[in-house]
Amino acid sequence: MTDPVQITRRSFLVALNLGVGGLALGFHTLEASADEPTGFTGPGPRPVSQAHESATAGLAPNVLVHIAADATGTTTIICHRSEMGQGVRSSLPVLIADELGAKLEHVIVRQAIGDKKYGDQNTDGSSSIRKFLDDLRRAGAAARHMLIAAAAKQWKVRPETCIALDHQVVHPPTKRALGFGALVTAASKLPVPKLGELVLRPFKELRNVNHPSLPLLDGAGYVEGKALFGADVTLPGMLIAVIARPPVVGGTVASHDRAAALAVPGVKHVIAMPAPKRPWMFQPWGGIAIVADSTWAALKGRAALAVTWDDGTHASYDSASFRDELLASVRAPGTPLRSVGDVDAAIGTAARVVEAEYLVPHLAHLPMEPPAAIARFADGKAEVWAPTQHPQAARAEVARVLGIGEDKVTINVTLIGGGFGRKSKADFSSEAAFLAREVGAPVRVQWTRADDIHNGYYNAVNAQRLRAGFDANGKLVAWHHRTAFTPIGSTFNEAVVEPSLGDLQQGVLDLPLAIPNVRAEACKAKAPVRIGWYRSVYNIFHAFAVGSFIDELAHASKLDARDMWHAVLGPARKADLNELGITKLANYGESLDRHPVDAGRLRGVIDRVTASAKWDDRKRAGRHLGLAAHRSFVAYTAVVISVVPDPVRKFRIDEAWIAMDAGTVVNIDRVHAQMEGGLIMGISNALYGGITLKRGRVEQSNFRDARIARIRDVPRRIHTDLVASEAPPSGVGEPPVPPVGAALANAVFALTGQRIREFPITRALGI
Amino acid sequence: MKIRVNGVERTLEVDPEMPLLWALRDTLGLTGTKYGCGEALCGACTVHVDGLAVRSCVTPMRRVDGKAVTTIEGLSKDGSHPLQQAWLALRVPQCGFCQTGQIMTAAALLAAKPRPNDADIDAAMAGNLCRCGTYPRIRAAIKKTAGVPRDEPGDDK
Repeated sequence: MTDPVQITRRSFLVALNLGVGGLALGFHTLEASADEPTGFTGPGPRPVSQAHESATAGLAPNVLVHIAADATGTTTIICHRSEMGQGVRSSLPVLIADELGAKLEHVIVRQAIGDKKYGDQNTDGSSSIRKFLDDLRRAGAAARHMLIAAAAKQWKVRPETCIALDHQVVHPPTKRALGFGALVTAASKLPVPKLGELVLRPFKELRNVNHPSLPLLDGAGYVEGKALFGADVTLPGMLIAVIARPPVVGGTVASHDRAAALAVPGVKHVIAMPAPKRPWMFQPWGGIAIVADSTWAALKGRAALAVTWDDGTHASYDSASFRDELLASVRAPGTPLRSVGDVDAAIGTAARVVEAEYLVPHLAHLPMEPPAAIARFADGKAEVWAPTQHPQAARAEVARVLGIGEDKVTINVTLIGGGFGRKSKADFSSEAAFLAREVGAPVRVQWTRADDIHNGYYNAVNAQRLRAGFDANGKLVAWHHRTAFTPIGSTFNEAVVEPSLGDLQQGVLDLPLAIPNVRAEACKAKAPVRIGWYRSVYNIFHAFAVGSFIDELAHASKLDARDMWHAVLGPARKADLNELGITKLANYGESLDRHPVDAGRLRGVIDRVTASAKWDDRKRAGRHLGLAAHRSFVAYTAVVISVVPDPVRKFRIDEAWIAMDAGTVVNIDRVHAQMEGGLIMGISNALYGGITLKRGRVEQSNFRDARIARIRDVPRRIHTDLVASEAPPSGVGEPPVPPVGAALANAVFALTGQRIREFPITRALGI
Repeated sequence: MKIRVNGVERTLEVDPEMPLLWALRDTLGLTGTKYGCGEALCGACTVHVDGLAVRSCVTPMRRVDGKAVTTIEGLSKDGSHPLQQAWLALRVPQCGFCQTGQIMTAAALLAAKPRPNDADIDAAMAGNLCRCGTYPRIRAAIKKTAGVPRDEPGDDK
């Protein structure tokens, strides 16, 4: 069982299309899928009917697994989460197949449509393995139990004496074997086992899980240009739309030159989009759509449209003055959400107080694929193809915009060309559906890069103020943390102007502190733009401030930074609510029993990353290193960054180390890839991050001013160190990002002596 | 206008100012070439025109009249180009969206300079953005294809 097989990329039969009927992930009732949706398949981007799939007889103990009654027992596994580069399509089906005992070469992977029968499909919060590891294994185990039961019945042996392996059920004592295909018909007549009856294989016996060279399911499609992303779907008779959207949130059209747009050859329609109502949520932005027979004609038509806007009340938003408002907010008392001892008294009597303020601007997702969606509307039903992280939310929003039932809406999930949270929003899906109905033809909505930058859901802009008090012996006796940002909740309810207990879980409340007097306060910040989830969210600025401040405390105390991290975090222990000084911790939806706040694991990654980086040797070696660590999505990550002088740009990152403890993992290569990529996104955030607004309008418009790291910004040597662990799985996609900003700023300080407390670092250094 | 696309002569009746990108995607259905920025800032739309790497999003059709265009679909018939193979072996892609442009730029680099050093790779690939952060593996895959050892002396020049 444990011999890993060499897998080739041909091991998978790839099919990017749609779901097969079956049972809910609780997998207890059999419900036939009478209304099998249509889908699309590569390489030709055209829809094909998948109706024949539902007619295939077979074994379907739940919605994720279907084994056909054909010669080999062709096994279809549904991927119910969206693929955006984290590798779910190369991971989740393998987990199910291994638990089942399937050969990967007999496995077809299909992408689920948006449907509640699949449970939670919101691909967000670094949760696909964290939340579904055991459910996915049970989906495979249920089918295995039924196949074994069928074989055991035929052989008149006990099921416990049989095993499922290589797409066969085997009875080792008598050396008998039957292929899955031969067992499907008998197995499908047996009862689906109850949850409590399922026995999972020992994790280490899952033979392809964590195989170091597990192929990318969609790898060939990616490198041959055949992979289908949102804008690659083409329907017969399809028109292409671009939309002139209001540059200020809540703005409306004052005037436009409809005739000029219609005069552009190829432009077919000029359509007013419905104006959004407060709260903004996932609604389309409004504006005017140009629908044409080519993207180029639509773009030219939009340029001719000459819209003037009524900006509305949000035109008052200016990020330079808002920065001052946020600083004022953290200079005044906020709502205490974490309290231990008496911070005011401790700071009042401290021998020394260190204080610093940190700022992080709005960040834009900037996925390489700008939003796009395709829709058609006929007979009262809408069908959408979209690179959506949240197909059920898209389904609900399309139904709302069209005023039809969700049962009349089909959301097909394409590959996502980078999501990072932007594509959990449904706005582009419902724009396409609305236009398809209005023009009576299939429509693709294509966002330009400027649209993406101007009309996004940005990460919250933030200010923080940290104060620490030392006693006469240099011991830390007080920690006072204030943070002000507009929470994402404001996008759904404008009355929300202050972070909640749930918001502050991200690096403020779940920070273990071996300090007797602690207070953390949430400070007000009104909602001037749409705020949304962005990879690792509030952790970005909290980790930047805390990781920088600990370095400042080390410098002020003339202590080594790692020693200061140890002093702040204290000894290895699990910090309970009482110690943390809070009444509850959202803890990313996990119980504290399963995922405690573990100071030992945070110290563990700090110790590993500093050992890898030869931290203790840095001064002798003439190296300038920065260290930071952070807990997020119940994973523990630490980063060391090395910088060297550069004649033009003042510094260059020449090497980086990242260590992560994420508990149990399933696809070790993709986890390392997330560590590499998360580190680089963290570098982008710190070096260049910054969306600014003036008169309510975003000032950046393309990659020349909304910059992200290019290949030469990235260290040529990146060392990823993943802790081998059997602990419950943590998140993986987001946790590599947060500690990077502070590690980089601390390295720049080590090199230049200049303390940087605000992103982007390039602006702070005048480079 | 007549252009030779992946070895096939095509006659296209389109606006001469239409960027090659949209002619490839909308008119010819060659969707492996991607739209990422429209201003030659990200490289997702990279194709070869008479063997040189070109950003198709800012290349009007009139400028490719009579020329030979190679897209990712024509780089190899079956994904057998050594760069495509190296990309798979090192599992370079994450979301995959920018990778066709990355491969087209890398192919032009290796055609001009079969054994590039790190500085050559930095210079050639500077115009191709990847938001997922696959740059280390892109560099490694180019070196693997070129038979250049990784971390060879001079890597950090």
